[in-house]
Amino acid sequence: MPFALLKYGFSKKYPARHSFTPRKDLNQHYDVVIIGGGGHGVATAYYLARYHGITNIAVLEKGYLGGGNTGRNTAVLRANYLTEEGVKFYRESLQLYRGLSNEFDFNIMWENRGQLTLATTDAAMRSFRWRAEVNKHLGVGSELVDCQQIKELVPLLNLSENGRYPIIGGLWHYDGGTARHDAVAWGYAKAACERGVELHQLTEVTGLKITNNRIKAVQTNRGIVECGCAVQAVAGTSSLLAGMAGIKLPIHTYPLQAMVTQPYKPVLGPLVSAPHVHVYIQQTSRGEFVIGGGSDPYPLYSTRSTLEMKESLSSAIQELFPFIGNARLLRQWAGITDMTPDYSPIMGLSPVDNYYLDAGWGTWGFKATPICGKTMSELVATGKVPDLIKPFGLDRFYRFEQVNEAGATAASH
Amino acid sequence: MAGANRLAEPHGLLIDRSRTIDFEFEGEAYQGFAGDTVASALAAHDAWLLSRSFKYHRPRGIFTMAGQDSNCMVTVNGDANVLGDVEKISPGLRVFGQNYKGSLRKDRRARIGRFSRFLPVGFYYKTFFKPKGAWEKRWAPIIRNIAGLGQIDTEAVPAYYDKQYKFCDLMIVGGGPAGLSAAKTAADAGAEVLLVDENEALGGALNYARFAVSSDAARDQRGEMVAALSAAQHVEVMTDAICNGWFSDNWLPVIKGRRLYKVRAREVVLCTGVLEQPAVFHNNDLPGVMLGSAAQRLIRLYAVRPGKRAVVLAGNNDGYAVALDLMDCGVEIAAVVELRDEPVYDDIAKAVRAKGVKVYEGHAVYRAISTSDKHHLKAVEIRQIVGQGQCGQSGERVSCDLLCMSVGYTPTYQLACQAGAKLGYEDNTAVFSISGLPESLHIAGSVNGMWDLQEVLRDGEQAARAALRRLGYEIKVPPKVVNSTVSPSFGWPIFSHPAGKEFVDYDEDLQLADIVNATREGYEDVQLVKRYSTVGMGPSQGRNSALATARLVAWATGRSVAQTGVSTARPPFAPERIAHNAGRSFYPERHTSMHHRHVEAGAQMLMAGAWWRPAYYGPSGERDRCMREESLNVRNNVGLVDVSTLGGLEVRGPDAGEFLNRMFTYAFTKQPVGRSRYVVMTNEHGVVIDDGVACRFHDEHYYVTATTGGVERVYQLMLRWKAQWRLEVDVTHVTAAWCGVNIAGPKSRQVLATLCEDVDLSAEAFPYMGVREGKVAGIPARLMRVGFVGELGYEVHVPQHYGERLWDAIMEAGAAEEIRPFGIETQRLLRLEKGHIIIGQDTDAMTHPAEVHLAWAIARKKPFFVGARSIAEIGKQPRKRKLAGFVVNDLDAPIPLESHLVLDGDKMTGRVTSCYFSPTVGKPIGLAFMTLEQAIPGSSVTIKSTGGVFVTAKVVELPFYDPENQRQDL
Repeated sequence: MPFALLKYGFSKKYPARHSFTPRKDLNQHYDVVIIGGGGHGVATAYYLARYHGITNIAVLEKGYLGGGNTGRNTAVLRANYLTEEGVKFYRESLQLYRGLSNEFDFNIMWENRGQLTLATTDAAMRSFRWRAEVNKHLGVGSELVDCQQIKELVPLLNLSENGRYPIIGGLWHYDGGTARHDAVAWGYAKAACERGVELHQLTEVTGLKITNNRIKAVQTNRGIVECGCAVQAVAGTSSLLAGMAGIKLPIHTYPLQAMVTQPYKPVLGPLVSAPHVHVYIQQTSRGEFVIGGGSDPYPLYSTRSTLEMKESLSSAIQELFPFIGNARLLRQWAGITDMTPDYSPIMGLSPVDNYYLDAGWGTWGFKATPICGKTMSELVATGKVPDLIKPFGLDRFYRFEQVNEAGATAASH
Repeated sequence: MAGANRLAEPHGLLIDRSRTIDFEFEGEAYQGFAGDTVASALAAHDAWLLSRSFKYHRPRGIFTMAGQDSNCMVTVNGDANVLGDVEKISPGLRVFGQNYKGSLRKDRRARIGRFSRFLPVGFYYKTFFKPKGAWEKRWAPIIRNIAGLGQIDTEAVPAYYDKQYKFCDLMIVGGGPAGLSAAKTAADAGAEVLLVDENEALGGALNYARFAVSSDAARDQRGEMVAALSAAQHVEVMTDAICNGWFSDNWLPVIKGRRLYKVRAREVVLCTGVLEQPAVFHNNDLPGVMLGSAAQRLIRLYAVRPGKRAVVLAGNNDGYAVALDLMDCGVEIAAVVELRDEPVYDDIAKAVRAKGVKVYEGHAVYRAISTSDKHHLKAVEIRQIVGQGQCGQSGERVSCDLLCMSVGYTPTYQLACQAGAKLGYEDNTAVFSISGLPESLHIAGSVNGMWDLQEVLRDGEQAARAALRRLGYEIKVPPKVVNSTVSPSFGWPIFSHPAGKEFVDYDEDLQLADIVNATREGYEDVQLVKRYSTVGMGPSQGRNSALATARLVAWATGRSVAQTGVSTARPPFAPERIAHNAGRSFYPERHTSMHHRHVEAGAQMLMAGAWWRPAYYGPSGERDRCMREESLNVRNNVGLVDVSTLGGLEVRGPDAGEFLNRMFTYAFTKQPVGRSRYVVMTNEHGVVIDDGVACRFHDEHYYVTATTGGVERVYQLMLRWKAQWRLEVDVTHVTAAWCGVNIAGPKSRQVLATLCEDVDLSAEAFPYMGVREGKVAGIPARLMRVGFVGELGYEVHVPQHYGERLWDAIMEAGAAEEIRPFGIETQRLLRLEKGHIIIGQDTDAMTHPAEVHLAWAIARKKPFFVGARSIAEIGKQPRKRKLAGFVVNDLDAPIPLESHLVLDGDKMTGRVTSCYFSPTVGKPIGLAFMTLEQAIPGSSVTIKSTGGVFVTAKVVELPFYDPENQRQDL
């Protein structure tokens, strides 16, 4: 029993501290307004307050803290991407994740479980080898594994040669892992609020006031707030908000669904992904199996879930782990993903001078939360785009300099 | 033996006393009747402890008796997390409790409960991370092991599950009084009705609850209604069938047995009733403490006496119906603890009081007291209520072995909320109300806030009539029924205790303080409370906790219950097996019509999308030898390869040429009939996405091939652009209608000539890139002269059902020339020797035509094709990389593998896309992306090969073989 819990047992009065900004009116002016109180928004606020001395910040969230994709993703943390730009970026993010609990004094439950992606075709093996080679070259732990190694890593996997999709090998990303997604947002928000950042929940931005190509204020359901500059970090509704700023983003928006079973005693350590049947799985520290897959087939701004996706995820996961057919599903849900043509984010400057973009996070936003907050805060504080995110600027689409991660994202969020 | 607690008839609607069943629980033998559930059969034998709780390993037993809680979750024949209160016993069933270390009765982990005050809400966020890494190395494994309920059987293979579609005019969910009334109304009007009920017997509360002083009233009512319905036409009744979700446009999954029915209903009436709610007080989870309706279910459905001496905690008059039921079956009523100050009693309550039962008005059960082994209720302490949720300083102890809670209800709103309904809440009724339903979805009965039986019946009829009107029936729709009865929900049946253990959420062992403290820590939104405390995340998904949570959060944050709300109700309603959703699965695979010939010839088959293709012919360990022999046979003799998986698209119409001009990079309008042209498709970004050939058989008819993996996309894009451009053209996907072979090698003409009567194969009459129609071995065929593998060769395409015949005929005709089949791997080697790229392997998601030597295939004079503008723009920028050929001269070096990196110093500059040892060239050859500087023929580049070994490769001009194209032009 850790000592930290003793005070809860021995105090007469519950020793609670309010972690976030208590309900209060909005100020008239903030130096920085961050639109979107998800992981990215509060992380940006935190790094601004902690490392750049900027604390007159409002984070405006239309719902509740971390209630969008931060709370809906399946908490897969990995850096086994394909491009040099992508691998370097996510590598830094994983590195930051490892230290977050101690930085916040709040357990985000990072666990280095490793992620295994399965191949059933020689084409898949070729693409995995590409990722493994690039990863290794850049210091990210990935390697190709054969069926024997897979059997040792995930003994319960169906490796029969007579199945519909005999597995021939895989990509073992031993640096990969997971963390409690909500806790990441809470930890950042708590640490930011402790430093004077204001988090305003149930505060929806309804318009942007832009004059002379500069943002002056944001209109909310609770009144107008002036700002020195603004950052948008709203994931699924990125294209709509950017539209308010007159910016057209090359984004298509698709729902992405997932589902979870009842808790069972732990039987599955690594995260397992199977692009050939569009499914991936992990067992949480509560014992639930969390199962996700590919995006919905057509664009929609809606978080309704569908029977069809549940059916396809179910049959796919049962191909991999026949026993799981007997596990019982508890919930299915959806998030809205803002997909870019090259499966990389859009970060950095926008056509509006003091309006910064953090968008295009598709299905890869959660894993980038720390590095995104860190680099965006540097951009906001200094006005200079950090090298790490230079490749992800919106202007890359005008310069034909996309950072294509198409081969490294399918059903392995 | 039936058990000491077994009651006489007429109790026991669901059991068959003529059949006894033997089963085991925790290794001990028990006997029950057919129709008993695990829990009812054990309760008949006075065995109440069924399982252990999630966090504190507290003893748990019957709570709802309706499959709505996790307290009865047991492992049945190895299947974990089975709801013991609804799972039927069967001969030889082996049942175990769950979540204990040691034995169910002596769980060593039950000690954890003693430390609960050191485990505040979200305790795992507050610590366990020091020093760095402690969580994953030390604590996570411990907590993971303690958490989780049952042990899933990893050896199990799910049984056969399948699916069926159903359609109806009107689907009614719930066969209680409202549902029966609605079904009868709709059936009488002639609509096709589907009535679905999760229970074994229709009737809902009529089966177990008491609606009048006379105990027979409900039974008689039920009998009449069920009889009337079974006489009706057009009604299909599904019992033991659960409608587990609502999806857009009344798309409803119904699970019954091992089948998932997918129902499309034009209209739906939800008659899903209400869920009785527990009171919150110290030790409210002890076995022996249960809902009033649970006791009634035990009595009426299973003929089991729920205890010997009972206290009823009443916040409404339904508690008195429970008391009367208990008295009728010989249970002594020690007291009725009446939460209300000034109750308005109905006839049943008056009847109970008339029997001399002691009623404590304005009192609460302050705490439940356990037997010394902590496994069962022994007594309750009753205290006066002195304020909302507050009790007096002292109370009275009443011994009892049963406490029935009847303090209120919550509508079974889950399906309605999945359909977008909103929940309201009025403090004076203390119950959620449902509004904002889609037009084709109706609700009726108690889920709609009706409490009086007659009003429930009328509400069912009203809803059915409203639905029928929308279905087009000329039918009168009466005004909406207005509830005339006092709400049976008591507003604040929540009482804190200094020692805690007042459980709000039984699934997750969350106490009153956990919910309140979550808000104190800043998690004020009910969604945040859920995520932080995990309330409502367990197997019962908040069914028994959402109302109390909403009340507590509202109180703690100074908002109304309606503002606070509940966390989102997501499908499924009840836990469902993954196997139900998986069904039989559908992962089709495709075989070409020559598939069996490859297998017979000993081919190693490889997967390519849904297709199986021969990789090479011979034992799996002898790939290199087989490829060498097959390739040399093509170079020197003649070989045959199955190309049936290539995509085939017929493009016809006056605008066919113009259409191809816009779809592909090259020019097609002036392409002569009888000739083929290479086609390259780019997307809007100018990236190469597919290739093939376009064969012109007529002015208005092209036969276009696409890659095996790319044809679906090409077809989709063609349809999309065709619709947008509105050209007079017609596209048909004929991949599956045709099959084909490529006969290649210097002797291919000679062999093929023996089979062709009406096609002149001479070089003059049928040149390279020519196409012809004619007969091969008597089969109508399309012939194309191609050069993919770099030799004289013909593709022969025939209707797919001729596949084997064509294959056999060519093999027979070529026997004298020692023709042999070659596989895909060999074909890849041969085309590599010839320097031809494979889209997808030698290109990636960023590849522009000029990077892969396809600049020649771009027609610059035509006004437009998809990607033209991007290619023009890219053309203005300096090129960054190029696909170049290389050879490895050092025969001792490890042969580079596809995707190995090309380096310039430490910098990654490209990668190998194709690489084989070429028997023809006598060394490893390959293609790799690299910088333009590296790509100069004659220069050396470094490849980081297997194990990090650096291999030096020499860049060479392409192709590796026959640069003058003499062989294919023979």
